[in-house]
Amino acid sequence: MTDTAAIDAQIRTVLKDHARLSKDAMTLDVNEDLYQAGMTSHASVNVMLGLEGTFDVEFPDHMLKRNVFNTVSSIRAAVVELIGG
Amino acid sequence: MDGFPLLPDFPNSIDVNPSSVVCRLKVGMDLVQISRIQASLEKFGDRFMQRIFTEHEMLYAISASVLQAERLAARFAAKEATLKALGLAGKGVAWRDMEVFRFPDGRCELRLYGRAFEFAKSLGVIQTALSLSHDGDYAAAIVAAVVSEPSMSASTDSI
Repeated sequence: MTDTAAIDAQIRTVLKDHARLSKDAMTLDVNEDLYQAGMTSHASVNVMLGLEGTFDVEFPDHMLKRNVFNTVSSIRAAVVELIGG
Repeated sequence: MDGFPLLPDFPNSIDVNPSSVVCRLKVGMDLVQISRIQASLEKFGDRFMQRIFTEHEMLYAISASVLQAERLAARFAAKEATLKALGLAGKGVAWRDMEVFRFPDGRCELRLYGRAFEFAKSLGVIQTALSLSHDGDYAAAIVAAVVSEPSMSASTDSI
């Protein structure tokens, strides 16, 4: 069973390190728009690379979409799909 | 696979019959902070380079190490500008499918490959233009695309 809380915690840490948000990545709502919270397109690239390193996955081309990296929730769904959880 | 600024199977001449084709201009622009690109290079190294840039882009960027970050920043801005101009941000397009190709005389053109090429083709893109700039800690790019669409004028067939 996928540990959602653990995955979310790791995602939040990546966001804290790389997303350059104007809000606290550790407490923002899982459905809050990260781009509206200050994440630029360049920062989203760093987030993607950070997630790949943290979870040992690689985002395939079809997942390189703005809406995949839009929220903690959407990122979690993508990560779970990639790790087979 | 070679990319083309013009779609390879599109005729060199365009039917300019105003009743059959409408050409629209789409544009995208992006501004990137060079020091942040440098930070990405330091943080992620080859993973960043190889994920975002083509061999051609990397070779040009590293040919002058002191200019590497600004050259890469301008190219990153060009890819983002392309995504905006062609509406590809939600399509799942790899950054390496969009390339800034530099000619020996310094001219640059946008080349599209893979999914970026296919989406551009389906959109009706018939020509693109690209311009890059950098000054201080900022690099910018603007991409313009001419899109050919069928005219919406009513048919003159009689019933």
